Amino acid sequence: MEILQLLLGGFSVAFEPMNLFLVIVGCAVGLFIGAMPGLGSVNGVAILLPVTFIVPPTSAIIFLAAIYYGAMYGGAVSSIMLGIPGASTAVATTFDGRPMAVQGNADKALVAAAVASFAGGTISIVLFTLFAPPLAKVALAFGSPEEFALMMLAFGTFIGLGGDDIPKTFFSIFIGLVLSAVGLDVMSGEPRLIFGDISGFFHGINFLVLAIGIYGIGEILWTIETSKGTVAVASATVNVQRIIATLGELKKSIKTMFMGSFIGYFVGLLPAAGATPGSIMAYGMAKTLSKNPGSYGKGNIDGVAAPEAANNAASTGSMLPMLTLGIPGSPTTAILLGGMVIWGLEPGPRLFVEQSDFVWGLIASLYVANLFAVILNVAFLPLFIWVLKLRFTVLAPVIFVLCVVGGYAPTQDMHDVWLMLLFGVVGYLMRKLDYPMAPMVLAIVLGPLAESSLRQSLMISHGSPMVFFERPIAGVTMLIAALLFLLPVFQAIKARIKGVNQGNAGKLGDNSAGS
Amino acid sequence: MKISRKMAFLPALTLSLAALAGVSQSVVAEGWTPKKPVEFVIMAGPGGGADKMARLMQTVIQKHKFSPKPFIPVNKAGGSGAEALMHLKSKKGDDHIVMVTLNSFYTTPLRQPALKVQPLDFTPIARMAEDTFLLWVGKNSGINTLDDFVKAAKAKGNDWIMAGTGRGGEDELLTSYLNRTYDLNIRYVPYKGGGRVAKELVGGHADSTVNNPSEQMGFYLAGDSKPIAAFTGARLPLFKEAPTLTELGQPFEYYMQRSVVGAPGMSDEAADFYREVFTKVYNSEEWQKYMKDKSLQGEFMTGTNLQDYWTRENNNHKVLLSKIGEIKQ
Repeated sequence: MEILQLLLGGFSVAFEPMNLFLVIVGCAVGLFIGAMPGLGSVNGVAILLPVTFIVPPTSAIIFLAAIYYGAMYGGAVSSIMLGIPGASTAVATTFDGRPMAVQGNADKALVAAAVASFAGGTISIVLFTLFAPPLAKVALAFGSPEEFALMMLAFGTFIGLGGDDIPKTFFSIFIGLVLSAVGLDVMSGEPRLIFGDISGFFHGINFLVLAIGIYGIGEILWTIETSKGTVAVASATVNVQRIIATLGELKKSIKTMFMGSFIGYFVGLLPAAGATPGSIMAYGMAKTLSKNPGSYGKGNIDGVAAPEAANNAASTGSMLPMLTLGIPGSPTTAILLGGMVIWGLEPGPRLFVEQSDFVWGLIASLYVANLFAVILNVAFLPLFIWVLKLRFTVLAPVIFVLCVVGGYAPTQDMHDVWLMLLFGVVGYLMRKLDYPMAPMVLAIVLGPLAESSLRQSLMISHGSPMVFFERPIAGVTMLIAALLFLLPVFQAIKARIKGVNQGNAGKLGDNSAGS
Repeated sequence: MKISRKMAFLPALTLSLAALAGVSQSVVAEGWTPKKPVEFVIMAGPGGGADKMARLMQTVIQKHKFSPKPFIPVNKAGGSGAEALMHLKSKKGDDHIVMVTLNSFYTTPLRQPALKVQPLDFTPIARMAEDTFLLWVGKNSGINTLDDFVKAAKAKGNDWIMAGTGRGGEDELLTSYLNRTYDLNIRYVPYKGGGRVAKELVGGHADSTVNNPSEQMGFYLAGDSKPIAAFTGARLPLFKEAPTLTELGQPFEYYMQRSVVGAPGMSDEAADFYREVFTKVYNSEEWQKYMKDKSLQGEFMTGTNLQDYWTRENNNHKVLLSKIGEIKQ
């Protein structure tokens, strides 16, 4: 009951005219920033931070949180419409969102993204409202061994899939891990794999450079080849009937959205992880648990719902370590944290008690921001669809320019643009040879996290790998990860037995996991 | 109602103002001014002392319009600052980049001659403060004095974990000092960023840390961690309960510079501009308050004074690093 009272108090703060106005403006700005490739919530919040000094701290954080939220919605837009991830958090949305758009179902994908984002946002805020202080303890309990176990779980979700070619999946993950090792060693600072002395490699390979290259440039090359000059305009329509029909279809995705929200929220809680790994893990998990994993990557609506629910949930989740521990859970919250320092608020365990107006005003405004973001998003649907109807000869150069800008923006280094173009060609070739690319993207995101947590754990344990099994949270997580790694083996055995029994080994795809 | 509507209009107004910033303001009467946004490199990860401070500087600059163009912070934490140093080095002669630096400014180039970075080549802008170090333990550790600490750490041998930021930097130097002085065998485990280090202590994954005050402040105020000794000359006003090592019989002081540097070969006009900007930041109410709240020390320093200070500190660190075998002669 006390929580309800505090929340009501929070709403009275959030509904003050100025705060409400800021929420709406913030959502709109965020939507736009998220939709622009290369500009993510990080840039949006960083650019607009100074604007917040003229308003009280509570209004300021409400404004920035609304941008953060809006950007999570917006990121999906260019992932689906153009096949370029609008922000790193929306990379997993391209996996199935883009194929849906190509099939003429862009409106469905966008609606699914909006609804899933709303679901993810709502579920995570409810979790935040009810369990903030105990969950802060969960974040504290996560040390390096737990973090490494979680990373293994993430990799496991990408390997233990019936649909893909397992050796090719492994290959793709290993290439991603090698790419993630380029740059300065996270622990000692020694340069690694810099190809002699190419200074552009010192900052490592930015994950957006890889993702934009593979998905953006690779997509253009692919379309040019498959269409052979006579590019058909993607058939795209949007009307109320179709939206309602899509909402009906989404009933089947409710479970996926819940799962995505929980994964996103918990991964977001952990310092240093954030929304990008959260959304990719949710995608992997949705695929693993699906009855029909083979349909993922080919336009499965669940493949859009899972990562979109997760990235919004993670953005709420990463507020928690920021507020209670003073540690940012994502790059964006790092900037929010900087803002709090300037507004004179000391993040830490006491913030909930001493600045309860601030905290509950923020929580309430997250509910409001979530609502307005989904309304704005649906309102803009016709505009997004219109973009798809542009002729390919117009659209392709636009996509190309956006890719180059998106590759340049994060590091402002031409080296990365060349690298991105190279990845575009490689991505195109991989696609021709039918290599899965999602595992590579996953590996480059999680590689550095996995590496440092592995090395820290082994330093703590004097080199004994038992540290991952002796601690309860790490042990259980590792066990699940191991089962996921072995899943293809079980499936193969099962298929063989079935094949021998029925004399029919041809229907491998029908074997679902866990049945 | 009237007031709030007016205020609601303000952000939109400022938005457009921010876009026009360069045109519409006359900030510095004459001399060189930046022509585009200034890249503001932070030589550490998000959430640590250096990061919080840099973001404060950035916002003070924007709030008071000390610069006609904004400062855009970029974290480059990789390789104990090597990433940031290499980046700045590659921007030789660039007038639109400055960096917030700490002691890895000396230690990383000393440990890694392969980087071919000479700290003294960088353009001195300003020393904004010197940060202090304390020895921290968890609230339930049962440790209240340095003697308790030494006893407990001895008992655990090399199972005693000290979490710190990066390799071969400030935290590891202090750890090795404690090991040598008190005959301990503490194991040092590096993390990315002081905020994370503080969390490892409170979460029970590490036994001690040598965090700066700003990094532990939130936990300290909540009673989750306690300082048992200070690596300063005199006791810190905010942590009166923590005696200095000198008081405890080991005369030793160690500070971390919080300085701003420019790329090598920055033009004199640009360097003058930045020196003026950071002088104003130093004298701002916000900065002075921050220094007091976070227990920062040290007066403002610039030009040749700063260069001399760097030379002195660089030599000190050469000695300290040789002692722990990080520099091979």
